Amino acid sequence: MTAGTAIKKGLFFLLVVAIVLYAVFPFYYAILSSLKTGSELFRVDYFPLAWNFDNYVSVFKQNPFATNILNSVLVAFFTVVLSLFLGVTAAYALARVRFRGRGLLLLTILGVSMFPQVAVLSGMFQLIRTLGLHNSLPALVLSYMIFTLPFTVWVLTTFMRDLPKELEEAAILDGASPWKILTRVFLPLMWPAMVTTGLLAFIAAWNEFLFALTFTLTNDKRTVPVGIALMSGASSHELPWGNIMAASVVVTLPLVALVLVFQRRIVSGLTAGAVKG
Amino acid sequence: MAEAEAEAKTPAKAKAKAKSAPDQAGEPAIALRGVGKHFGKTRVLESIDLEILPGELCVFVGPSGCGKSTLLRIISGLERGTSGDLFIFGRKMNDAHPSQRGIAMVFQSYALYPNMTVYQNLEFGLQLPASQKDEKERRIREAARMLQIDQLLQRRPHELSGGQRQRVAIGRALTRQPKIFLFDEPLSNLDAALRVSMRAELTRLHKQLGTTMVYVTHDQVEAMTMADRLVVLNGGHIEQSGPPLEVYQRPRTLFSAGFLGSPRMNFLTGAISDRMAEGVVIELTSGGAVRAKVASEGAMIGDQVTVGVRPEHIQLQVGEDGPLAAKIALIEDLGDHAIVHLDREGVAGPVLVRVDRPPAAEGAQVRFTLPPAEVHVFGKDGLALPKP
Repeated sequence: MTAGTAIKKGLFFLLVVAIVLYAVFPFYYAILSSLKTGSELFRVDYFPLAWNFDNYVSVFKQNPFATNILNSVLVAFFTVVLSLFLGVTAAYALARVRFRGRGLLLLTILGVSMFPQVAVLSGMFQLIRTLGLHNSLPALVLSYMIFTLPFTVWVLTTFMRDLPKELEEAAILDGASPWKILTRVFLPLMWPAMVTTGLLAFIAAWNEFLFALTFTLTNDKRTVPVGIALMSGASSHELPWGNIMAASVVVTLPLVALVLVFQRRIVSGLTAGAVKG
Repeated sequence: MAEAEAEAKTPAKAKAKAKSAPDQAGEPAIALRGVGKHFGKTRVLESIDLEILPGELCVFVGPSGCGKSTLLRIISGLERGTSGDLFIFGRKMNDAHPSQRGIAMVFQSYALYPNMTVYQNLEFGLQLPASQKDEKERRIREAARMLQIDQLLQRRPHELSGGQRQRVAIGRALTRQPKIFLFDEPLSNLDAALRVSMRAELTRLHKQLGTTMVYVTHDQVEAMTMADRLVVLNGGHIEQSGPPLEVYQRPRTLFSAGFLGSPRMNFLTGAISDRMAEGVVIELTSGGAVRAKVASEGAMIGDQVTVGVRPEHIQLQVGEDGPLAAKIALIEDLGDHAIVHLDREGVAGPVLVRVDRPPAAEGAQVRFTLPPAEVHVFGKDGLALPKP
């Protein structure tokens, strides 16, 4: 190995370290802070000095934090389920059925995702009031689909378009109905795409703040991001940093767990053996 | 079909059974009447008329883009013709759903359901009520045994070799007990050795079942060896249809003469110089006269024609005797026979001759003769003058 390649390798390694630090350090610091109490919080440390879990206890005691988590789980779960269901069925039509205006429809769906949340906020508020969903979890599920559906439909449509045409034709000859083709033939091949889009939709719903803040009124209907933002300390002049940090760590863990669980499923190659190979 | 094993061993019995199927007697299995297909202005198929008899193995052959696959897909119902009618066993099937046509299709890419086991793949197309579970299982086992895939029933497609996948694809068609099998280039993804054995196996299967089969291929060996009837397609129309040997020995058009046979037929241009009771004489553009035993009624003296003769029919002589002169340009010796490439002045491209042993070395001057009985004559319209 020459000096040149050694330097290149070293630089590459440095770059990797920098990226990892940039990505992980804020979270690491949140963990550190969550383990401190009182004035320790305002001292800069880079390693945990004491393992103090008081913040974790108090965040659940002082706030309806458990309810917030449950709300978040419910909202994110139903957002994902509905998005995937509508996404898969829409993708089948958009990818497999030829009809007039298909391209325009796809562009429109993409166009929906261009609107900033603030722009649709007031209109969405009216819609939710009219439907009588204000301050309820279905209001959040409904409004979150405005940003989860476009990319779900797009990704699944692209994926479904690439599935071998002969599979569908073989199923048609075997007398399968479109629903059977979708559920028995295509769906099993679409797990990688479904897991990926589902995960993204889950993360988006889990982190969403603006709609959750606007469409809920009471603490028992709030989701985690709003719950954390509205946490108050003993007095109005004091922010409970310890609790906030503990809460942040707690709500990050489900996402990490989800990605770890599903990372094995986010492998394609499930279509192997369908057609020649 | 009862007694799966017994049947597998007695093809005659299977054949008798297939024939006793409740079809309108005397009706062709498939009848195409003026079937055409066009996308906008592109004409893929022009008014095809064709009848395929029950029990026939009919092969559609032609170069890519000739419309053979489209024709098969119209029969299957995966595509619709833009004109004309399709009858299957006498029933008009233009608008029938593919699964209602009594057909099963085997795809070039196998199209097995990758998430299902072989057993489930075979089961998927069986639309039987739950009460007939035993019948279902029996049919699957029977098909698996016939194709020797009974050891593989619990495997998934990605665990199978190409040949095994193809068998499963055929098995999936078999379990549905269709009245007509459609094959869309089923062997072209297999390697050469496997293709030869699968070809024989498919022919055997056809004899055993006695079911009507339509087989699309661009491979002329498959076409020649498997077909009861060959349909040569080109540019969206039928060039010729008939038993393979007849198509080979009496090509009706210049195209089907050139398409079948390897190496392909030699073509020389010329003009008719004389007409006789037993044939015509053609004056070649490259010099020399050739006699051909063809019906001379349609021929006029002076007509521009193309003379065709197959490599195995040309007689080579060393020396100065013989009507047509040439030089040996190249010899391809294949051991059991050799292909001699002749250069002849005034002829573009080599004249190929198939001989048992090469009569002289490369560079030698030779003479060759075209036997009148084996000379085909094609008019300007590409149609052959009929042979007696």
